[in-house]
Amino acid sequence: MNAYKEENATPLEYQTEENQMTIVGFWIFLAAEMALFGTLFATYAVLFGRTAEAPPPAELFTAGTTLIMTLLLLTSSFTSGIAIHEMRRGAQKGMMTWLIITLVLGLSFLGFEIYEFYHYATLGATLTSSAYWSAFFVLAGTHGVHVTFGIGWLILLLIQLKQRGITQVTSRKIFVLGLYWHFLDVIWIFIFTGVYLIGMVI
Amino acid sequence: MSLDELLVTGEPLIYAGMVSIVLVTGAIIFLLTYFKKWKWLWREWLTTVDHKKIGIMYILSALAMLFRAGTDALMIRTQLAFPDMNFLNAQHYDEIFTTHGTIMIFFMAMPFLIGLMNIVVPLQIGARDFAFPYLNALSFWSFFFGAMLFNISFVIGGAPDAGWTSYTPLAGDIMSEGPGQNFYLLALQLSGIGTLATGINLMVTILKMRAPGMTLFKMPIFTWSTLITMFIIVFAFPILTVALALMTIDRIFGSHFFTLAGEGLPMMWANLFWMWGHPEVYIVILPAFGIFSEVIATFARKRLFGYSVMVWSIILIAGLSFLVWVHHFFTMGAGAFVNSVFSVTTMAIAIPTGVKIFNWLATLYKSRIRTTTAMMWALAFIPSFTIGGITGVMLGMAAADYQFHNSYFLIAHFHYVLIAGTVFGCFAGLVYWYPKMFGHKLNERIGKWSFWLFVIGFHITFLPQYFLGLDGMPRRVFHIVPEWFNLNVLSTIGAFGMGLGFAVFVYNIYYSYRYSPREQNGDPWDGRTLEWATPTPVPEYNFAVVPNVTSHDAYWDMKAKGETGYDESKVEPIHMPNSTGQPFVMSAIMFFASFALVFEWIWLAVAGLIAVLVTMGMRSFDYNEGHHISADEIKRTERSARGL
Amino acid sequence: MANQSKNIPVKHIIGYVTSVVLTLVAAWAALGSNLPVMWIIISIFALAILQAVIQLFLFMHLTERGMGHAPWNMMFHGAVVFAILIAGSLFTMSFGFM
Repeated sequence: MNAYKEENATPLEYQTEENQMTIVGFWIFLAAEMALFGTLFATYAVLFGRTAEAPPPAELFTAGTTLIMTLLLLTSSFTSGIAIHEMRRGAQKGMMTWLIITLVLGLSFLGFEIYEFYHYATLGATLTSSAYWSAFFVLAGTHGVHVTFGIGWLILLLIQLKQRGITQVTSRKIFVLGLYWHFLDVIWIFIFTGVYLIGMVI
Repeated sequence: MSLDELLVTGEPLIYAGMVSIVLVTGAIIFLLTYFKKWKWLWREWLTTVDHKKIGIMYILSALAMLFRAGTDALMIRTQLAFPDMNFLNAQHYDEIFTTHGTIMIFFMAMPFLIGLMNIVVPLQIGARDFAFPYLNALSFWSFFFGAMLFNISFVIGGAPDAGWTSYTPLAGDIMSEGPGQNFYLLALQLSGIGTLATGINLMVTILKMRAPGMTLFKMPIFTWSTLITMFIIVFAFPILTVALALMTIDRIFGSHFFTLAGEGLPMMWANLFWMWGHPEVYIVILPAFGIFSEVIATFARKRLFGYSVMVWSIILIAGLSFLVWVHHFFTMGAGAFVNSVFSVTTMAIAIPTGVKIFNWLATLYKSRIRTTTAMMWALAFIPSFTIGGITGVMLGMAAADYQFHNSYFLIAHFHYVLIAGTVFGCFAGLVYWYPKMFGHKLNERIGKWSFWLFVIGFHITFLPQYFLGLDGMPRRVFHIVPEWFNLNVLSTIGAFGMGLGFAVFVYNIYYSYRYSPREQNGDPWDGRTLEWATPTPVPEYNFAVVPNVTSHDAYWDMKAKGETGYDESKVEPIHMPNSTGQPFVMSAIMFFASFALVFEWIWLAVAGLIAVLVTMGMRSFDYNEGHHISADEIKRTERSARGL
Repeated sequence: MANQSKNIPVKHIIGYVTSVVLTLVAAWAALGSNLPVMWIIISIFALAILQAVIQLFLFMHLTERGMGHAPWNMMFHGAVVFAILIAGSLFTMSFGFM
């Protein structure tokens, strides 16, 4: 840890060739994820309004839940960023604290999303109701599955951090997970805007 | 579910297929046991992370798939040879043309090219392996198990029958009941994951692992075409992933994306499919362009004419490939304005492609051509592909396309580009790099026989189909009328010629294995790029000393200066990754999970998915560091390989 | 020491505060303002893109040295493909009613 502080030039996670390749590879993966979500957004946009017998989104979406979910995820993105910042200072304890806060925020987000889906289902909007609702549930659901995956991943990394401390390998893993987590927030911004806000306006 | 529901019954041809599967599997098991090769198979092949071995496995699988889908093609041609043939019934015919197309694209063309890239790209850029060797093994095994999942469909459960494009609503659960279409969706999903991983892997390899001095514009042209192809894969394959997933959810969980009920939009499938599908066309053609560029430069013994123009035209083609998808369904009725826009973008692609054709011709101009088999494939490519390209421009005119659409004119067009481009390219590449892979050349005399049989057969098969299309013969019909008889029978004769050419090609592999003289040095063709600087057979670490590169014909320059690229004083221990069985096991689990989902045994599929996640978690805790090869061992290997 | 200021993650805090503000402004524009629908759509998407850019640069260290050009290059092309997918699908699937 101290050795790292002295040669402060390059962050630990960039120091080996292998780490650099992993991080660049992960950026490329995120680009692929953009195409993946782009396709889901395109499907959602084209199928917008095709609600058939089911209620339209404006009747079901509520500003309150949506805003709470957005702020939860946004804050978790911020706290994961702070965790990376702590990691670069070499402060393992602070880093793990911020990561656990991130984990809790992510879980709360997920809880709201599950509640939301369940709530819509009771009001007659499910995956099988209509083309629009299929597109909605698959778009938001894919994001939710990503968040779930990220939570599982974070738990595994927390265990590894506990076991090994901040090393070149663990710092790279945490950094990559951080990128993933921020990216999910970026996608959520567009879901918030393109799905919820527009759904409530039109 | 009883056994006769699970297995396909009542078709003599499929019974024959089952018997041959049982016999071949039995024979393989017997041979492996008899020669005590199980351990060898596991240790040397199933657990390897060596890019060269993985490449060889890709190519062997691709050749097997070429055989399978080629057999499909011959069955199609037999059925169409005479009016009112009853060789196949309508259902079986539908299944055959579906599997022919799907296998040729996903399980033949792509793995063949990816196999060549696997072997060649790290060698061309002076790298020790891929950026992520473990991921590379995972890519291969997910492709392999995807291919197996697709191939078992014709004996278990029934093959898909909605065409390789699987347009909805035909491919939806109401009109295509049963597991057939699910096989299509899940097999492509499984192998698609592997393709995306390869895309990321090769991009990082090329971007981060080049030899010192090799700037992007000093990379060999095949590496360039690979980089751009991987770029397209990274952006196009997620689209396919989503499209397949949406149709799977439609079919298994009752959503309404592409259904007629619930205000679904079946045409959205066509839109998504071709948003992936058109870039896919360039995924299979750009690497072939790269191969031809290498082969032509080597055997014309000249620098490739207009290297940087070649690179820029590849980049331009890649960019345009995302802007033309609608030309596959002009007749859907998107409107005159939409069609016009996509007509223009389509024509624009002809410009960079034309530039490439002229560059190849300019490379050949006033050169001393060596007519080796590899070069002959490249020479045959130029005029044949040009015919395919020009008829493509005809199809690209939206108004005219209303006449050509879904006729044999279209069939002839895409076979002219895909066979003359991709298949010739694969053969050229295989013949060209064969000595690097196996330590001996393919026999030239037999190679030329297979070349002539295949190329003449190809033109006899597909040239008549242009005219059949103009005579109004639609695609995907299983009976022809007497007016189309003459040209169809000619086409069938040609197809069997191609089949014979392929058989001779495979025989050549056997013959050369037995009788070809072994290579003494690593450079049998007087090559220009770095892969020829390695000794043959290539040691597992590829380069004992990573060479310095000053131009895109790096090895040519080294030879001119009298260097070999090997300097014993600079040998250091090399870090290599360990072999692992995890990718194989993980893909096998995914295979079983997908198989369960095909039959909609949801809980079994969920169990499989959990097992996959568990293996991923275990991988996360695996801090395996690999091993080092000592400098002494490297020196010993190099001395014996280089005859020092 | 100069390190002292580095202990406060200035970039992250700026990014977080701006993001929260942008989110609230977007919500107000959509639900509280009386803008015409077309303007609401344009403005909230502009805000979303702005926020995405903030996250990429302030949170994700997109242009941090040592990584070469690949990260921003891929993100840029990802954004282009993202736009092509959505705009292209809407354009194609509108059947001349746009």
